[in-house]
Amino acid sequence: MRGRSEILATAARYLMPLLIVFSIFLLLRGHNEIGGGFVGGLVASVAIVLYMLAEGVQAARDLLKIEPRLLIAIGLLVALSSAMLAWMVNQPFMTGLWWKHPLPVVGKVGTPLVFDLGVYLTVMGTTLMILFTLAED
Amino acid sequence: MGDYLVLFPLIVPLFFAILSLFAWRAITWQRVLAVAGTLILFSSGLALLDVVTREGIRTVQIGNWPPPYGISLVVDAFSALMVVIAGGLAVLIAIFSLGSMDEARLRYGFYPLFFVLLMGVCGAFITGDIFNLYVWFEVMLMASFVLIALGGERAQLEGALKYVILNLLSSALFLSATAVLYSLTGTLNMADLSIRLRTTIAPDLVTTVAVMYLIAFSIKAAVFPLFFWLPASYHTPPVTVTALFSGLLTKVGVYALIRVFTLLFLADVAFTHTLILVLGGFTMVTGVLGAAAQYDIRRLLSFHIISQIGYLLMGLGLFSQPALAATLYFMAHVIIAKAVLFLIAEVMYRMGGSFDLRHLGGFYQAYPWLALGFLLPALSLAGIPPLSGFFGKLALVQAGLAQGQFGIVSVSLAVSLLTLFSMTKIWNEGFWKPAPKELRPLSGSMGQRVALILPIALMGLITLGLGLGAEPVYAFAEQAAAQLLDPGAYVAAVIGGLP
Repeated sequence: MRGRSEILATAARYLMPLLIVFSIFLLLRGHNEIGGGFVGGLVASVAIVLYMLAEGVQAARDLLKIEPRLLIAIGLLVALSSAMLAWMVNQPFMTGLWWKHPLPVVGKVGTPLVFDLGVYLTVMGTTLMILFTLAED
Repeated sequence: MGDYLVLFPLIVPLFFAILSLFAWRAITWQRVLAVAGTLILFSSGLALLDVVTREGIRTVQIGNWPPPYGISLVVDAFSALMVVIAGGLAVLIAIFSLGSMDEARLRYGFYPLFFVLLMGVCGAFITGDIFNLYVWFEVMLMASFVLIALGGERAQLEGALKYVILNLLSSALFLSATAVLYSLTGTLNMADLSIRLRTTIAPDLVTTVAVMYLIAFSIKAAVFPLFFWLPASYHTPPVTVTALFSGLLTKVGVYALIRVFTLLFLADVAFTHTLILVLGGFTMVTGVLGAAAQYDIRRLLSFHIISQIGYLLMGLGLFSQPALAATLYFMAHVIIAKAVLFLIAEVMYRMGGSFDLRHLGGFYQAYPWLALGFLLPALSLAGIPPLSGFFGKLALVQAGLAQGQFGIVSVSLAVSLLTLFSMTKIWNEGFWKPAPKELRPLSGSMGQRVALILPIALMGLITLGLGLGAEPVYAFAEQAAAQLLDPGAYVAAVIGGLP
């Protein structure tokens, strides 16, 4: 890898939190508007990848703290359980259940949001797994 | 309980794929999970089969969206039967993998992929939505792409390339056909499609779409003339993977053919089903002739997969209740018989050090039990009574004669004879002739050896059992075939089954 670029490193430090916040924003508005878990997960992985380009793969792995593969597994598990929640109230698989009281800022909360969260984690894990592997080669 | 059971073939493999991802480094745990997961899948398949036989077609509307807008999952007797066979084969392959798969492949995710493949296969069997069927095909193909290339040997990558390209072509065709169908009818739900296609304004276009589907699924099922990717790629991955593929992947293609040509495309049966019948005949002949030239056991058996696909098409092409019942029975028979022959090839390789028949020999003298293990499925494939293949072929031939289709009947009988010839070749070369070099006993621990032998023994018994107990199995196949020939019941179960 080429030498460390101070400009990129500084920019990454300021951009990362912004990107993460933006990805969460995309995740939350995704049910009825443009956005969602998929694109949110991509944006979140862009944040990590930016850090990876600035500081190297190992630093990015240390920052992430969790193996991308585990992110995939957790994401799939979250999505699967959100779909199975409907069984508890005797509804068909994947029926959307909504909590009656909208939260401030976040808005309506329900199982579709949990499903999106699962997608978010899975997409993030997959993207990072691919990019980390490619960068390490 | 029935509604939960309908989803089990999807949820169980997904759940176990997730668990094996968590156990990425703990290979021992992954092995335990593989056997446990496939056993649960198999038993939920059996429970589903029981429910469907007693209560008729079961449906679930995903997310409680009413048909035809939401995705329907539909399990009729045919679907349930396929899930049971897939689950049963998965259990046996999982056991075999304990002794046969190398550490390196296990560490790079063989078991998670194995479960994802099963999820795709089962998803294709239970979905009632044509686009969803496409999605499950993709899930299955993604997993199979990685499985076929996993390990990265030179030959493997070459085979994988051919496999991937041809299958992507088929997927593209499948998707285009679905797009045309959607623009024609405005629906993707198969039950709804079944109604709309009967009253369509453009019957010629429907036949065109039907042929597009026929080509797309024929590539996946390795039907003449689009089978060449199969013998070019199936012998490259480890035999465990090949056995799994031979049992499941091409059969999903056949499943899809049977589903769409009994439920959707019935406008011009005289044309489409005759075409299927002719293709079936050619598939049988080319497969068995291709096998005659081979000396690598895996390639030889790969050609036999193709040949046997022809018999499955024959039943669909004849399109009567006895013929379809015979196809379903034959499907159960051929999936097991084919897989076990591949497993035996692996054991022969471990003992004789080669897949090439010219370098093998002496197994009959040294290991008569292995010879017996080979004889059962081999003679069954050739159609010798009282094994399962005999009853499958007998039923097909009777159905053909009843409809006066003497051409296909004589082709199928001739191919049967050639299959016997081909099996005799393996017998003479691999088992009968003196060993060119010393055979080694199976290496590995006691547990590993048991893992290699047990599935072979069990599959042999299943082949024998399917033959000796042909009566109840065939009765069930007849019931399933009757259901297939009555699209009205399927439609009523989906559209009329609203709460």
